[in-house]
Parts: sequence; structure tokens; C-alpha cells
Amino acid sequence: MSAATQPCEKPVLRDNVLRERGQREVFCGLTGIVWMHRKIQDAFFLVVGSRTCAHLLQSAAGVMIFAEPRFATAILDERDLAGLADAQEELDRNVARLLERRPDIRLLFLVGSCPSEVIKLDLGKAAQRLDRRFNGTRVLHYSGSGIETTFTQGEDAPLAALVPEMPATDAHQLLVVGALAEVVEDQFRRLFAAMGVGNLAFLPPRRAAELPAVGPNTRMLLAQPFLNDTGRALEARGARHVPALFPLGAEGTTQWLRAGAEAMGVSPSRIREATAIPEARARAAVAATAERLQGRSIFFFPDSQLEVPLARFVTRECGMRAIEVGTPYLHRAHLARELPLLPEEATLSEGQDVERQLDRCRDAKPDLTVCGLGLANPLEAEGMATKWSIELVFSPIQGYEQAADLAGLFARPLARRERLRV
Amino acid sequence: MQLTLWTYEGPPHVGAMRVAASMRGLHYVLHAPQGDTYADLLFTMIERRDSRPPVTYTTFQARDLGGDTAELFKTALRDAHDRFRPEALLVGSSCTAELIQDDPGGLAGGMGLPVPVVPLELPAYQKKENWGAAETFYQLVRTFARGTRRRERLPGQPPRCNILGPTSLGFRNRDDVVEVQRLLESLGVEVNVVAPLGARPTDLARLGDADFNLDLYPEVSGQVASWLQRNLGQPATKTVPIGVGATRDFLREVAALAGVEAPEEPATSRLPWYSRSVDSTYLTGKRVFVFADGTHALAAARIAAEEMGFAVVGLGTYSREMARDVRAMAGRLGVEALVTDDYLEVERAIAEAQPELVLGTQMERHIAKRLGVPCAVISSPVHVQDFPARHSPQMGFEGANVIFDTWVHPLMMGLEEHLLAMFREDFEFHDGAAPSHLGHGKAVEVAEAPAAVAEAPAPVVALAPEATAWLPDAEAELKKIPFFVRGKARRNTERFAAERGIARISVETLYDAKAHYAR
Repeated sequence: MSAATQPCEKPVLRDNVLRERGQREVFCGLTGIVWMHRKIQDAFFLVVGSRTCAHLLQSAAGVMIFAEPRFATAILDERDLAGLADAQEELDRNVARLLERRPDIRLLFLVGSCPSEVIKLDLGKAAQRLDRRFNGTRVLHYSGSGIETTFTQGEDAPLAALVPEMPATDAHQLLVVGALAEVVEDQFRRLFAAMGVGNLAFLPPRRAAELPAVGPNTRMLLAQPFLNDTGRALEARGARHVPALFPLGAEGTTQWLRAGAEAMGVSPSRIREATAIPEARARAAVAATAERLQGRSIFFFPDSQLEVPLARFVTRECGMRAIEVGTPYLHRAHLARELPLLPEEATLSEGQDVERQLDRCRDAKPDLTVCGLGLANPLEAEGMATKWSIELVFSPIQGYEQAADLAGLFARPLARRERLRV
Repeated sequence: MQLTLWTYEGPPHVGAMRVAASMRGLHYVLHAPQGDTYADLLFTMIERRDSRPPVTYTTFQARDLGGDTAELFKTALRDAHDRFRPEALLVGSSCTAELIQDDPGGLAGGMGLPVPVVPLELPAYQKKENWGAAETFYQLVRTFARGTRRRERLPGQPPRCNILGPTSLGFRNRDDVVEVQRLLESLGVEVNVVAPLGARPTDLARLGDADFNLDLYPEVSGQVASWLQRNLGQPATKTVPIGVGATRDFLREVAALAGVEAPEEPATSRLPWYSRSVDSTYLTGKRVFVFADGTHALAAARIAAEEMGFAVVGLGTYSREMARDVRAMAGRLGVEALVTDDYLEVERAIAEAQPELVLGTQMERHIAKRLGVPCAVISSPVHVQDFPARHSPQMGFEGANVIFDTWVHPLMMGLEEHLLAMFREDFEFHDGAAPSHLGHGKAVEVAEAPAAVAEAPAPVVALAPEATAWLPDAEAELKKIPFFVRGKARRNTERFAAERGIARISVETLYDAKAHYAR
């Protein structure tokens, strides 16, 4: 392995972060339901909110969901707000109706929203009461409100709500935390097995009943960079965080696997043995796809908190030049290995004032702009190539076998422009 | 509190956004929490709009709630004005901002902005998207047209009208405007203003330069049309020109309002001939279920019954504002109207009616897919597919052509359907088979869907120890009945048997029951 892929051990803080406040063009945490309800197959997400919440979910998810969704909204109306109807009673009635329709549901999340938070509707109390009433369906709660959460925090919050549910264990185990596509999860299982890491668990599980255990000998390896609250809750249960790069790209995947395996006492030679071939294959595949990306500039609007590791991947493995790396929230502890690998010339920005950021983006004229769905077509119409960031959340991008696919997601908009003659 | 899986309409501020995004020179500053910016993608993704909708959000967060959210609003409003320099501003709250009661209208009023500011009060916990669009359009017209007058038409001047109602994200509104303009041209009527779509605030000040108005989408423009009638004395059309009959009625109505001769033989559509051609015989009496916004539900019901020769077995709308008209139409067609915005209720009603074709929204497309019934989309809420690249109106004679094609497309072609009925046991040509022009691979899903939907699937042989049971021959015969009526045949036969104390249902019982219920 080349020296360049060895991250320095000491976390370096970048002080030159551009912090902005203004209009934030980001999703709220409710959007996390769009993938979480598919990940945990017997879970149901009931948003207690307004018509806006229901509309958001269907607009964000509508184009992607072809089966009946395992989510719904209990829409607050005037009677609930005026106290004419007891909102708690109304909620019970709706949950009863829902569970009657879907008896297969084992885990029900009551999801708080902006209006439920503002009127201080106590969903914790509701979850406790409903949990007692509906034996056989665990009822938990979290907030996905836009006043408290941004996009992928909608995964962090339900995972954090699951942590107290996890059984206790003293066993020495590696716990991989963060929703991954099933194909990716299976690949990681095989790789860890090849290194002799037998005691391996994943959070979230595919079924509610398969919740992993946690305890003082649990080593927590984060698969996603946006798991602030979940990480804290697991640490409170004794788990110890394993600092690592995130498993994006060949470099990131090797470093991530190595960190996890080392924490479980696997020898360096065994790690190399298990990772050398797939890493070489991933590097070769990325190189082929990344040809088109070499030397091109890229600008990230804040969206999923994946921006920092993604920028590390496209700059170090695809030869791109990062102009600005925007993130809704910069979690320095979890990004400690990532931040030093970002190129110095890239502007790191946290938060957003979308108008000013658009000004900077237009001035910089990047070859590729990574942004949300509200901005992509308008920027394309201005002549800029864009990659919708949501696709980076909804595609399997982690691990060796997906590294080239990830490069491909960035390359495709450019390839398309080269093809089109209209 | 209402449990929803899908919602037919967004919140009222989305209706306001549709009006703002339809117009030019207007900017909407919305007091709203982070996350409400999702609404931008309705325009940029579903409609493929090439610019951001003209909306600024304050995107307040929890930490702002302890501080001064009113100040945040004022800053956002001033910045939006300075950056976009609109001719007029709309200000208002989304659902969460409504709860914190910052009063955007009052705040904006005290800021001395150099352009008109129209405050919107859109109660998010009572009202919905179409109401929000109608109210926004109404407030804009009141602001800009108040105190103006209707022009006196001088001799020799051509008659002139306004086209009211088309908006951004409206179902095929973009193309409907073109068709309606074509119809007006055929009558020699000039168009004064089209609004909201494409209008500037200043255009609203000259609405009075027209002799009358076209109220094309009463959900959005009804209130404005009646205000203009009261205040400027402009009459408005009542007919929405969707379908051949309605288009002819519309031409007569416009001609009367314009004081011109209605054409003897108006340009027409291919629909009448296509419907009369023998190939269409197989459409006769096809059971259709219609559910849409009020305007499109009414139009579809009339077309289905009078122009396609279908049997309307269900008619409903989520537009409560138009419930009365829809009920009246349902009464004429001999069905009970379904007025609801509860997707689950619509699903139940469709399953119960066992239609052969569903004419609905994107929601009913989901329902129909689950039930294995063909579906054509006739109304908002919309999907990216509802903004086709080609000209694809619903209104006027070309609209009728589009409707004929769209509704027939999901169905089996005539002879194909007959063969299917004859050779039901062919392993490649069973009842789950999709029409051959719609490709393959759906068979299993379609065949499985009806069972998955039945609330409690009927047991295959015995109902209960003491109840009626199906003999194997009868059960096999039942399977030869087309799947969309099989459930009904089963229930009818069982009821027939139970009423007569028949414990074992034979093939004879099945056909006795069929003959009994055929009367």
C-alpha cells in the first residue's frame, strides 16, 4: 500500500471552516423514513405531523416507492391543536387502526415533526402507553422534525431510539453501525469472516427481533458519518468507538475494515491477506471509471453529511479537484480520520445560505456540482453539470465492489453531456 | 387527527407556491422551518422546471425558536427583495410557522418595502393545496384589480376574454391553455390575460379589459371568477371543455358571452368516430371507476358514459369544494358519490366496485396496480409522467383525442380479450396476462394482487364447517370467470346458495346464481 493511503494518526482540526446561516435547502429528518422503512422490514413509521409532513414523504418517496409503504402520517388538525380533541386519544385510535390493518408490524416508531414538537405533544408518553397496550408490537419514538434534524439525521434518530432496546452482552464483538444496502452488508460479513472476526453484528438489523446486543466489550465501527446521537447512546452502553475512515472507495474500505479488524485483534498480515485482492480489484475498477473525472473540479452543496468522505474519495481516488465541500453539520470526532485527507485548497463549509452558496458556485464554475433535487435542474439549465446528492444516499456505494459504481455516479452526468448532441 | 398513507393535496402554502411559480415578477417569502424547502422539488423535478420556484424560506431551526424568529423573517424578506427585485411580494406561514404566530403580513407591513406586499392567511390545519391556490390567486386579484373597471367594448372591436385558472403543476394545464386559445381563435375571441400561468402582477390590474372570463379550473379560479363578476360585472363560463360534448357546450357558451355566432359545424375530434368504429364495440359497458379532483372527475364521468359507452360504477372526488356537483353527476349515473380524501376509503370503494378500468390520480394508479386492474391517470396529484414532452392536452378537441388514446391504451384490445375468455386455461394466456402491447413480466404480480387485497381471503373450499362449501368442479369453473368479477361471482353464488339452504355449491348452483343475478 502506498504511503499516500496511510492516514496520519493524529486528528487535525481544520479551523478555516466557512460557517453560514441563511436559507438551508435541505430535507428534514423525516426523509430518513424513505430508506429506514425498507431496511427494517417489520417496522412501521408513523409520523405525527401536518399535511406538509405527509406531502414531503410522498414527494420525496413517491417516485421511488412501488409497494405499499410502511409509513404513514397522523395529520394533526385544528381540533387537535385547539385541545378540542385529546391528541393522545386520537393517536391511540389511529395506531389501533393502523395495527389492525398491518398485523405484521413488530416495531412501530412514532415520529415527531415540527408541529408536534412546537405544540409539545409528548410522544414518549404515547409510545410507553401504546407499547403496553399493543402486546407484541414494540412502540418507540424519535423526532424527525426539521427544526431539530437534517436529512440523514433521520437515520441517526431512530437508531439512537433502538439503542436502549439492545440486549446487554459482555462478549467481545464488533458492531457495525449505520444502514447499509443488503448486498454491501453481506460483502462486509464475508470480508470480516475471512479475517476471522466471528463476533460481528449490524445495527440496524433487517428485522426488529434481531436487534444486536451491546456492552463494554463492544467495538463500534461506524459505517455512516451522520450517527452522532447513536454513537453517543452506544458509548453510554459501554461500546467503544473505533476511529476509521468511512468505507467509501478502495482506500476508505480498506482503512475501515482494518480499523474494525484491528479492534478485534486480527493480525496485520491476516488483514492484508483478506483485503489485498478485493482492494486491487476495486482500485482497477475505479481507475477505469475515474478516467473521465481526472482533473475535473467538484462543488458539494450540503445534504447528507456524506460530503466529507465523498470529497476524500473523489479527490484521492478519482483525481478530482474539490472547490467547496459543504456539509449540513460537521461532526469532528467521527470525521477525525477523514478531515486531514481533504485537500487544503478546498473550502469546507458548514450550514448554508443557499443564495450565497449559489453565487460562489456560479463564480467557481465547477465541472460537477453535487446538490439536492431542488437545485439540480435549475443549475443544469444554467449549463452546469450536476449530480443529485440523494442518489448517493439511496445507492449501495460502500465497500470494494461498489467503489467503481460510486465513481460512476459522479462520472455519469459528465459522460451524458459528452454523448448528447441536442 | 387523520391517518394517511398518501395525500391527494399538499398543504395550502404549496397551493400558494403553485400560483407564485406560475407568475412572473412575483416572489413568495415563506416563514417555514428547515425541511419545508422540499416543495421546490415538486417544480424542479416533477414539472422539470428549469429555474428555482420564486420562493424564499426562512428555514428556522429549534435554536431560533428561543430567539427572534420574527427578526429572521424580516431579514429573509429584505434579502429576498434586494436579491430578486420582484414587482410584488407574497408573504405567509407554513404549518409550523402558523403555530409560532409571528404574523408575516404585519411584520412586512412595517418594513416600508417599495413594492406591494400581499399577505396570505392560509390555515394549514384546516385547508389544503387547491384552497391555498384559489385563496392566493384571489388575494392577488383583489390587490391588483381592486378599483379597476371593465372596459366598454366599442363597435367593431373583437370580443375579448381572460383565461383563469391554469397553474404550474396543474394536470396538463400547460397544454390546455394552447387548446383553449385555439378554440377562442375559431370564434374570433381575443385573449386579454391568461392567469395565473405566465401573468405578471401588473397583468392582473388589466383583467377588466376583457368582456368575460373563462373559469377553467373552478378549484383554483372559481373564487376569482365570481369576484370579477360581482366587482367588474364580467360574466364567466360554467363549462369546462374536457370531452367532445363539453367542448361543444363550451363553444356555444363562449359564443353567447362574446355575442358571436356559434359555428355550425365546429372543428371536431376523432373521438366520436373512433368510439363508433366497430373495433370499439368491446368498450361497451366496461365498468369504470372515476376518482379525481372535481373538475376532472365530472368531465371524465361524462366522457365515460356518453362518449366511450362505459358503465360508470363509481364516481368520487377529493375536492370537497365541488362535492355538490359531483353528487349530482353521480345521481344522474345511478351511483353514489364518494367524497373523501382518505386513500384507504377510495381503495375499499374500488375493490368493492370491481371495475375493469380505473380513471384516477397517481394514487389510484397504485390501488389499481394492487388490484390488477388497468388504470389511466386523469387528474392531479401529479407525477413526472404527467408532464409528457409531447403536446398532450385534456381540453378541446385535441384533448378528447388524447383522452381516447389514454383510456383505451391500458385495456386489452378487442379480439385479444375474446380469445382470453375462450382459452382461459392456456398457460401463457391466463387471466393474469397483461395486454400484449404492454409487455410482459407483470403476470404473476397481477394474478396475485387481488388475493392480497381482499380483506379476508375466502377459504378455498370450505367456508366454515356448517356453512356452504364449493365442490371441486364448481371451484374450477369459478376460476374460468374473469378475475375482476370472480370475487363478486363467488359472493353472489354463496349468497344464492345460503338463501336456498344449498350446502354444496355445484356447477349447476353457480350457473343458477349467474342466471338469477343477471336479471
